[in-house]
Amino acid sequence: MSSHTISVRLENKPGALARVSQLFSRRGYNIQSLAVGPTEHADISRLTLRVDCSEHSLEQIEKQMHKLVNVLRVTELRPDEAVERELVLATITVAADRRADLVSLAQIAGARVADIGRDAITFEFVGRPEQVEAFEELVRPYGVRELVRTGRVGLRRPSAGGRTVTSSVHA
Amino acid sequence: MLGSDAILRALELEGVDVAFGIPGGAILPTYDAIARGTSVRHVLARHEQGAGHMAEGYARASGKVGVAIATSGPGATNLVTPIADAWMDSTPLVCITGQVRSSLIGTDAFQEIDATGITMPIVKHSWLVQDVEELPGVLRAAFHVARTGRQGPVLVDIAKDVQEAEFDFVYPDDVDLPGWKPPHKVHPRQLREAAKAIAVAQRPIVYAGGGVLNADACAELLALVDSAQLPAVVTLMGKGCLPDSHPLNYGPPGMHGSKYANWALNKSDLVIAVGTRFDDRVTGKLSSFAPDAKVIHFDIDAAEVGKIRHAEIPVVGPLKLALAQLADEVRAVAADGAADRSPWLRQLEDWRERFPFRYSKSDGVLKPQTAVEALRDLASTRSEDVIWTTGVGQHQMWAMQYLVCDRPRSFITSGGLGTMGYGVPAAIGAKAARPDATVVCVDGDGCFQMTCQELATAALERLPIVAVVINNGWLGMVRQWQEMFYDERFAQTHLTQSVPDYAQLAEAYGCAGFTVESEDQLEDALVAAFDAGRSAVVDVRCDPQEKCFPMIPAGAAAVDIIEAPGEEVVSA
Repeated sequence: MSSHTISVRLENKPGALARVSQLFSRRGYNIQSLAVGPTEHADISRLTLRVDCSEHSLEQIEKQMHKLVNVLRVTELRPDEAVERELVLATITVAADRRADLVSLAQIAGARVADIGRDAITFEFVGRPEQVEAFEELVRPYGVRELVRTGRVGLRRPSAGGRTVTSSVHA
Repeated sequence: MLGSDAILRALELEGVDVAFGIPGGAILPTYDAIARGTSVRHVLARHEQGAGHMAEGYARASGKVGVAIATSGPGATNLVTPIADAWMDSTPLVCITGQVRSSLIGTDAFQEIDATGITMPIVKHSWLVQDVEELPGVLRAAFHVARTGRQGPVLVDIAKDVQEAEFDFVYPDDVDLPGWKPPHKVHPRQLREAAKAIAVAQRPIVYAGGGVLNADACAELLALVDSAQLPAVVTLMGKGCLPDSHPLNYGPPGMHGSKYANWALNKSDLVIAVGTRFDDRVTGKLSSFAPDAKVIHFDIDAAEVGKIRHAEIPVVGPLKLALAQLADEVRAVAADGAADRSPWLRQLEDWRERFPFRYSKSDGVLKPQTAVEALRDLASTRSEDVIWTTGVGQHQMWAMQYLVCDRPRSFITSGGLGTMGYGVPAAIGAKAARPDATVVCVDGDGCFQMTCQELATAALERLPIVAVVINNGWLGMVRQWQEMFYDERFAQTHLTQSVPDYAQLAEAYGCAGFTVESEDQLEDALVAAFDAGRSAVVDVRCDPQEKCFPMIPAGAAAVDIIEAPGEEVVSA
């Protein structure tokens, strides 16, 4: 078992996302994260899925997804060939006297202040998934009130050259 | 044109000659369009499940897409079982359901159910149509998806106001489905590899399944088997894709297949899987299935290749093309010499002679296998074109073992889902597809009671079938498991042989009814049923204790198949 990032180009049609997520639950694959949003084409969405599975299951996932009528392309994003990013919003409870300390620490780490309340600050941080983990660890001791991550999104690096590793079962 | 009329024009343009269904509130406008006139014959079922299985029987008998029509809510949910059945057995089906008005969708309106949601895991694709302008394109796409690639069911859920809406009907020539690209060719290198593997194999075995029938590749399979002299086993779903009486056809493998077919797979050094999916009912314990064999796997569905068993040589593509090209490659490669396979063929023949399908006759009790054999022998004298359907259970396995099907699309059964009650409606659908064929449903008493209301459909729609109820008074296969694996605790499996009285039930539905209580009554009753001039039911009261053998005990290796309970395993 190992984690894999799968990128899916999907027709922007009603129920399309439900069909993909249903397929995962139906076939017993566990989704660690799922991010979906529009692409350069108005009628196409891109899903970035993070799954923990064996190589055999990964092949099955790709083949089964290819059979969905709304799925246009399934690509595995290998870590060395992909740009991957994730955004986290974290609201940290902080007393007035420790605010400056926290803000400067967070800013050194690359986070931005998104909102400031009486006893809490919301930070936003964008980075590679492992940087997001590190940021979470950094602020955790201060007391995390709420936190949300978008799940990773990714694209293949143009610098990686060649064509994307795409399962071409329908080619 | 109204949306409702457009639905029928689309069916006509798709070449649909028969559709099966039941009207109801949300599909009423479409039935009104049927009243206005169409070349599509509508067969009125008594239950939507019946309509769905009829559409399946029609599809399997004809090779065309089956069409079932139902209303929203319970109409749609009653179609769920046939849709699931079609999904598991890759039967092409277009199900059209009415949906509540667009303005009411999502409000839990009367008879509203999320039909596309409920069926999502068991359809190739589905559409909810809320705009009449989309209707022609959706129907065009629905038929295209159902019949291309690996065949299967689709659902089109159409809001009532869409059926009532006026618009300019234009049926598109092409489908707009950028994500639907089933394979249409075969990789030549893979075929060459397959041919090379076949040439050097000393103990090859073809393992053919229902995909061969779906792909209309039976002639190509036969040509390959003949030209390369390849022995074959044929699954339950594939029965008829290679003539049962062909000397190289070693029949069905699997849980109730023959000892020789299971041994043939187990001892082979090359399994040539064609349109089949290594179902657990065939493989038994997977780690012991064909342990010394390389696998060539031909399938239209890439996801089946390597799903259960690794394929050393995967060949994805249309089987008709693949098998035809393979035969050429095999001939070309064989010119350089092929392995001597005569010891293997002799071995298979020896096993077949030593371990035929068999059962013990006994005085006084009619054995179910005797009934199936009598039926087989009689049917062959009555018609060249016999279509068999079955329910699910012991009778189905005996039908598989003892019926001889030499033609494609002559054996129609529920394999993957194992749907009891499939047989009678599937027979009616098959009769609608091939009116000149003699259609016989070999059923169990438990199965028959699940859908026997469709006898009314058979009678009134003048679609005569013969239903032979192998009546042992029990849910026989369940009883067999209780006897063998649950210390004979026969919990809730006794149905009785006498209630209902099947002959009287048949008469009540306008069919002829016959009761057989001993072997000497069998032939007369069957002849009378075939001669009835209308649908007939023959209640054959059989030995309730008879068990179905051979059998691979659950979880056991296929090679350890036993011919009787407690039998010592004799390995091949």
